[in-house]
Amino acid sequence: MTTRTMGEPIPRREDPRLVAGDGRYLDDLGRGALAAAFVRSPHAAARVVDVDVSRALEVDGLVAIYTYEDLEGPMAEPLPLLIPHPRLHAGRTAYPLANGVVRHVGEPVAMVVARDRYLAEDACERIAVAYEPLAPVVGLDAAVAAERAVHDDVPDNVAAHMVQEHGDARAAVAAAPHRLELDLSIERSASMPLEGRGVYARWDAADRSLRVYSSTQTSTSVRFALAVKLGVPVDRVEVVAPDVGGGFGVKIVHPWPEEVLVPWAAIRLGREVKWAEDRREHFVASAHERGQRHHVSVGFDDDGRLLGLDVEFLHDNGAYTPYGIIVPIITATQLLGPYKPGAYRAEFRSLYTNTVIVTPYRGAGRPQAAFAMERTMDAIAAYLHRDRAEVRSANFIQPSEMPYDHHLTFQDGRPLVYDSGDYPATLDKIKKLVGWDEFEAFREEARAAGRRVGIGLACYVEGTGVGPYEGAHVRVETNGTVVVATGLTTQGQGHETAFAQVAAEALGVPVERVTVVTGDTRRFKYAVGTFASRAAVMSGNAVALAAGKVRAKALRIAAEALETDPDDLEVADGMVRVKGAPEREIALETVAVLANPLRYAFDEQTKLATQFVVGRGAEDPPVAEDDEPGLEATDWYSPVRSTFANGMHAVVVETDPETAEVRILRYCVVHDCGRLINPRIVEGQIHGGVAQGVGGALYERMVYDENGQLLNASFMDFLMPYASEVPKVETDHLETPSPLNPLGIKGAGEAGTIPGAAVLAAAISDAEGFFIDTMPISPSELWALREKEDG
Amino acid sequence: MKVTVTVNGQERSAEVEPRLLLVHLLREKLRLTGTHVGCDTTSCGACTVLLDGTPVKSCTMFAVQAEGREVTTVEGLAAAGTLHPIQEGFKEEHGLQCGFCTPGMLLASKALLEENPDPTEEEIRWALSGNLCRCTGYQNIVNAVQWTARKLQSDSAATGAS
Repeated sequence: MTTRTMGEPIPRREDPRLVAGDGRYLDDLGRGALAAAFVRSPHAAARVVDVDVSRALEVDGLVAIYTYEDLEGPMAEPLPLLIPHPRLHAGRTAYPLANGVVRHVGEPVAMVVARDRYLAEDACERIAVAYEPLAPVVGLDAAVAAERAVHDDVPDNVAAHMVQEHGDARAAVAAAPHRLELDLSIERSASMPLEGRGVYARWDAADRSLRVYSSTQTSTSVRFALAVKLGVPVDRVEVVAPDVGGGFGVKIVHPWPEEVLVPWAAIRLGREVKWAEDRREHFVASAHERGQRHHVSVGFDDDGRLLGLDVEFLHDNGAYTPYGIIVPIITATQLLGPYKPGAYRAEFRSLYTNTVIVTPYRGAGRPQAAFAMERTMDAIAAYLHRDRAEVRSANFIQPSEMPYDHHLTFQDGRPLVYDSGDYPATLDKIKKLVGWDEFEAFREEARAAGRRVGIGLACYVEGTGVGPYEGAHVRVETNGTVVVATGLTTQGQGHETAFAQVAAEALGVPVERVTVVTGDTRRFKYAVGTFASRAAVMSGNAVALAAGKVRAKALRIAAEALETDPDDLEVADGMVRVKGAPEREIALETVAVLANPLRYAFDEQTKLATQFVVGRGAEDPPVAEDDEPGLEATDWYSPVRSTFANGMHAVVVETDPETAEVRILRYCVVHDCGRLINPRIVEGQIHGGVAQGVGGALYERMVYDENGQLLNASFMDFLMPYASEVPKVETDHLETPSPLNPLGIKGAGEAGTIPGAAVLAAAISDAEGFFIDTMPISPSELWALREKEDG
Repeated sequence: MKVTVTVNGQERSAEVEPRLLLVHLLREKLRLTGTHVGCDTTSCGACTVLLDGTPVKSCTMFAVQAEGREVTTVEGLAAAGTLHPIQEGFKEEHGLQCGFCTPGMLLASKALLEENPDPTEEEIRWALSGNLCRCTGYQNIVNAVQWTARKLQSDSAATGAS
């Protein structure tokens, strides 16, 4: 009998504590800690002339006020540029506290520490900062015009300029029988996890060690960054990601100004210090994404087959570039989706503006890419009067052409080579699921009833599971429990459950016996983080490999005990058994005891392992030279390159002829993320992704005025969809295993979000009879477009 | 000033500043950290608690306004270590991912089911339209409320029959 847990929709083990209110999110920790609050710039661009703290000193409960002048050594240097890239020729990062200049509203100027947050904010209010306002650069037009510069030493505002090309795209477009030019834009949005950022730091003066809790997507890297910034030896720093209330990309950025300042103050003061971000701070001082403008030139044949594709786009990276140019690189490379582009050229400029920084948000450049590519497909179909699905189909990479090399370089610096995928089969499934071929009948029926409906289709391919690596440690305890640790973090993806399933299956134990720890550097020190739909691929495989090593060791030890050959043994339900003779068996916990020869006994189990009970030959050391005590192992998974998931969305919308309100009648998803660990978790990821895709298409946008003020920096004004707006999602799966990793997994975290803007723009265009080139779209914008169309 | 509130059936008193928000009374003074703060503007509902049985957003209410009243938080849902059916429902139907919005969702759902034991999907979606979730896309939250409605009905049928 084998223990099957992979692929089972088992309930999540995280849930009992979370539904009971026993979660431990950042702000639930550190009772009694001092509270930090920040004085932030009200100007988008200004010189800081003076900071007068005198009135704040009267606040009862005030502990400290810090400005840039208080920072020394590495703390007085700009924050790290996390992902340098040769094409990022003018990368710039912020100081932890403004060093004479502020470049966006919300940039921290002073930090206050007080007995509680109310008092800290009282003190913040009383700090008088004298600014000399400068004219800000807001929006891509102003950035390109470069009449003013965000950074004095970058006069053209261009942080990065990059071209990738395979073939001569411009010549191919020029020579093609048909050509189209399109301008396609997506506005700014943001991850908006319900829990903001947060940091809580404890300095142990006796131990000279620092423990930091951070609501982060990468505790291991925060640890290394803090050691550098604070000058504390790295082995004296531990970083723990507690329960994290959502991330969606924004929490991969690190170290944030607040993330270095809070522990720095804790060390200086010898007191515990905590900061939990409030919502307004999250809007103006964390990160945004999505804002891009694309110009597409495409040449194609009579069947709509691409001959040349030339895409130029502008990326608004905000005031600084701590996360490099990952987002536009992803757009440039993932734009191709499931298609063969003929010759392809992508060129982008990444530009500074006096706005919040731009870093990956779920989808990370792919929603823009899918919007550009899929709108182009729709435009080609309209031009040729062909079916939109047919035109897409004519351009698909075929399963027989896998692995498919695009001859471009992906975000991880590795060749863009798709590993597997069956795009024609995915298209068949989505057409069936949504009823593509029957839609015209429905349209006629609706039209007869005075209703306006439309259908849209959008495809994507997503590079998931980027390296460099993840690792895992698996140990069988002498009570039979299995403890798994991986350094990668969790923000609600159910890793405690999914990784337990992987370990249980690889080891042959009931899943209930497995516990999983993530994101705690005390338990696992080397990791990269949770982003880029990589957790299941990377840590999932690392857990499987480590558990496999443990299993092999268990078989070896059990074989000695049972006086048989390891090849004759199997592990099931936590027992190591002789195949075909199940009465000859030994429990894994006993194997764990045997694996660890002891001098001391402290319970009945350990009595079984002391030196007078077990032992090798008198001339052999108790632990063989090439062996280690304990039934445990660490292993690593490091892929040659990303594995490429794919999917297609189709939606049916109805637009109100009077109010231009858009109602989603059906939202269908077909998704292929290789082998599934837990279908219920994957399904949940898709639902949540779709909700963010719908939000990005119909509601969410950051509205900056010409002064660089974010006008809708609250949940009252930045609209996110509630249960009343998000449609029911109908899903179907394909499972094309990845040949690149042992479990055959591809990532699933971001997929649901990627084609949202593309598919809704297509459906609304189809309902209205005119082409939509900018998303998101509100009812009033749709109404204005109707007016324009009607002349 | 002193405020006395019955929280999860227990009378609790605390010395508070008049400006202290109810959510901070619960979280900071009474150590009930299951109630979360997501937005400060009464929009997200993460801080939803029941005040005399009615859902309110505890980030937009002063602690002193709760004087003499009854507050139920997520910690008060389970009885003697047994999860409330609405908690079971969210667990059974994968109605949560990061769990940050969940306490508010649970209380808003509980209030709905007390008023309307057999809500339609539409009614559930409207009843929860003061609570944001950024993870689940709501579908499994709706399923969780439906699961709970069925469970409560079959439980009460069983009680009625015995």
